[in-house]
Amino acid sequence: MVQIRVAAMAVAASVMIAGAARADQAPDPAWQTVLDEAKGETVYFDAWGGSQNINDYIDWVGDEVSKRFGVTLKHVKLDDTAAAVSTVVAEKAAGKNDGGSIDLIWINGENFAAMQEQGLLAKGFATDLANWRYVDTKNPSVTVDFTLPTKGQESPWGGAKLVFFSDTARSGPVDAMPKSADELLAWAKAHPGRFSYPAPPDFIGSSFLKQVLIEKVADPAVLQKPVDEASFETVTKPLWDWLDAIQPVLWRSGRDHPQNYPAMKQLLADGELDIIFAFNPAEASSGIAAGELPDTVRSFVFSTGTLGNTHFVAIPYNSSAKAAAKVVANFLISPEAQLRKEDPRYWGDPTVLAMDTLPQEDRDAFAEIDRGIATLPPSKLGPVLAEPHPSWMNRIEEEWKKRYGG
Amino acid sequence: MSADVSSRSSRAAVAFAVPLFLALPVGVGLIGVVLPAFGYLPALGGDAFSLKPFRHLFAQPGLAASALLSHASGLVTTAISTLGVALFLAAFHGTAVERIARRALAPLLAVPHAAAAFGLAFLIAPSGLIFRLLAAPFDLDRPPDLLIIGDPFGLAMMAGLIAKEMPFLLLVAFAALPQADPRRRMQLAASLGYGRMAGFLHTVWPGVYRQIRLPVLAVAAYASGVVDVALILGPSLPAPLAVRLVSWMNDPDLSLRFMASAGALLQLAITGLVLLLWFVGERLVGRIRRSVGAGGWRLSGDGALRAASCIPVALSGGAIFFGLFWLLLWSVAGFWAFPAILPPSVSLQTWGRALESAGGPLATTFLVAILSASAALVLVVVLLEARRRQFRASAARAVRLSSVMAGLIYLPLIVPQIAFIFGLQVTILALGLTPSLLLLSAVHLVFVAPYVALALADPWFAVDPRYDQVAASLGHGSLKTLFRIRLPILTHAVLTALAIGFATSVGQYLPTVLIGAGRLPTITTEAVALASGGNRRVIGAYALLQTLLPFLAFTLSGTLPRLLSGRRLAMKRR
Repeated sequence: MVQIRVAAMAVAASVMIAGAARADQAPDPAWQTVLDEAKGETVYFDAWGGSQNINDYIDWVGDEVSKRFGVTLKHVKLDDTAAAVSTVVAEKAAGKNDGGSIDLIWINGENFAAMQEQGLLAKGFATDLANWRYVDTKNPSVTVDFTLPTKGQESPWGGAKLVFFSDTARSGPVDAMPKSADELLAWAKAHPGRFSYPAPPDFIGSSFLKQVLIEKVADPAVLQKPVDEASFETVTKPLWDWLDAIQPVLWRSGRDHPQNYPAMKQLLADGELDIIFAFNPAEASSGIAAGELPDTVRSFVFSTGTLGNTHFVAIPYNSSAKAAAKVVANFLISPEAQLRKEDPRYWGDPTVLAMDTLPQEDRDAFAEIDRGIATLPPSKLGPVLAEPHPSWMNRIEEEWKKRYGG
Repeated sequence: MSADVSSRSSRAAVAFAVPLFLALPVGVGLIGVVLPAFGYLPALGGDAFSLKPFRHLFAQPGLAASALLSHASGLVTTAISTLGVALFLAAFHGTAVERIARRALAPLLAVPHAAAAFGLAFLIAPSGLIFRLLAAPFDLDRPPDLLIIGDPFGLAMMAGLIAKEMPFLLLVAFAALPQADPRRRMQLAASLGYGRMAGFLHTVWPGVYRQIRLPVLAVAAYASGVVDVALILGPSLPAPLAVRLVSWMNDPDLSLRFMASAGALLQLAITGLVLLLWFVGERLVGRIRRSVGAGGWRLSGDGALRAASCIPVALSGGAIFFGLFWLLLWSVAGFWAFPAILPPSVSLQTWGRALESAGGPLATTFLVAILSASAALVLVVVLLEARRRQFRASAARAVRLSSVMAGLIYLPLIVPQIAFIFGLQVTILALGLTPSLLLLSAVHLVFVAPYVALALADPWFAVDPRYDQVAASLGHGSLKTLFRIRLPILTHAVLTALAIGFATSVGQYLPTVLIGAGRLPTITTEAVALASGGNRRVIGAYALLQTLLPFLAFTLSGTLPRLLSGRRLAMKRR
């Protein structure tokens, strides 16, 4: 008995020493309380389950938090984050204000806005996480999600940036591909049936509409404020003109749209579409690695910038394992977890950490990542266009359905 | 005498208690939709009743087209499937073709709707097998820009539904045929100079149809509210109502849930209207048949028509078989570009990863399916036996479930799942129940029991009551008679019902995700989550994995009776 305890203490001590050696300091007492409370808890993590790579990555996170912190992580695989939102709504409707079934949700944008507004999220925790000091807080999208202050109610997990892909074997070098919405329109007219976008409310489709809107709008600053109904029509007119112009030369003459990004990826592979786009710059490389895309696909961006945002994890207000959920959220922004996440062999998702806050060895490791042949290095991703206020997305989706959805 | 009356009334109570028990969750769930449909859902700030959700609903662009699509899909799918079955039986009853169809189509019951739809999509899409075969003669280096999948009239979607439903109805009809007394009737018709098909349609088909009527109605209800097949093959601008309902329910804008609830009620009305029109159609067809019969048109030379009558069934069976094969090919393919007919490189990587993580979900799927199917079987046997004993033995041939009972049992098949599952979820949470295998099995039971009843009711009532009388006269009690006589006679029907129930449970997605709170992943929830990633290799592997368990169940239900009845030689003919 005594021996076991000694052994356990030795293990604990060595873990602490290892941790301390990395962080150059002992865990602060408040965080230690969280760690103590978390031990033995189980975290149900509701996250989109459509990618084997991401599922494997979450499995790895589960193994690590179990080894290091005694926290059990269960990945609840969803086909749509809305199912998690729906569950929390149902629980609130049934008066189940504690002991809820979800402890952590992969979330951002509209889903976050809806949950925050309805009071379905735990109060702010992100800035208290031990690894928060590594987070790139100079990047506004880390604390402001689609113009809404996160108030620490979600912790950043990864970056996203709109990137276009084409197959150089069919369409020629990417240097000759369109570099703005106007050039894209001209290209589509010259190549009828070879471009399309997912129908809103698919978020990639809606994001594309926002990209065009930001490029075409007279004063992009109005998009950072909630929609003003009086001026909505005039502000968005250039967007509808652009869409009306491209409609007849879209794939299937605009009578159908791809369902989502994965559908577009398949259509690029089949040779039906020539230009597609995604929110993860590493998508093309991982598609090639998975045998889903030909190895001649390359990436390009618009020269005046493309839409960028951050995705997060949040804790529902009625979670029964909030401490353990924080421990997982904290591990997700550790340099080690972020490094693995940015590595396209595992996932290839851009980090949310600031390089200048990291120890030299971690900085080097990030610099050495082989991003894959079809991925643009961070320096070539171009300027980031900020997400408009979520109310724009709702109004534009509504208007789009009126014009093209019937 | 009074004892007899009281035991008969207690049987009546049992015969009603079971359907009530099964319909209760639907009713509770519906309340959970009716309230928000009229603006009441305090959790989302709806504190007062209003008609706003309906106004919002009817202002949606393309709503009429969506409603019409759902409506047409229900009627057209059912009409073509039923017609195909009638023609096939009329042309081939009692022939080798019928025996081949029986053998070949039975495994198709195991194929989940979504897998069949993916298979069909892989065949007919512009990048699919058909156009790959046409690529060389027509010199195509890219798939043509044709709107085949997702055409605005929903033809691809209806084709997918028909391909799956026609074999289903045909197999149900095979089971019902013997009780329609086909041989004597056909002989009589032939002796009056009727051609084979005309003879069958006039004399045998009405009896068969009466028995398969409930499955036919279930198909109509299903096809008018289908989500997965519509997502894969159906139009998107606008989509059928059920698909839009799901997207409203899933919208980040939570206020849309009020409108979604109103939409669920509209969906219910559409399904109701489909059934109503079907009833009208039944009368009309009956009248036409009688007037044709009175006209005496005998259609004695029906050779060409007979040959053509195998086309619908052959097409739908072939589509699913080839579709599955194409899924299998994709699951092992490396990068596979148009117009290559076979994948240039093959890898088992997808299967390796799938099998690594599929063990747990497969086990959960199996446990829940076997639990819910067995429970459903017990309930249905109790119900059928109680109902049968309400009647005197002499009236046994006329025993049916009353229409109220049938309506209650089949309620979960007629009310679209999306319309009541959210309300049910709230109720279960309010009761403080936590997700567990048992809870999930109990919820599956609601959907499984109707299919078990569907499969077992007719064979149950068709067993000659004299068997029971003989047993009783030998002094055996009713329980002993049930276990020693009735169940062994019905081994095949019971196992088939069990297998159908099993397959139904395996296919449940929405209830599993919502009631299981995602904590009890099954092979179907894994398949749907992974299908959202759009990787054809993964879709192929998981669709086949999803087919595996039901396939085993159907195979066992077909072979077990033969093994079991080895000692009961006399029953081999049953």
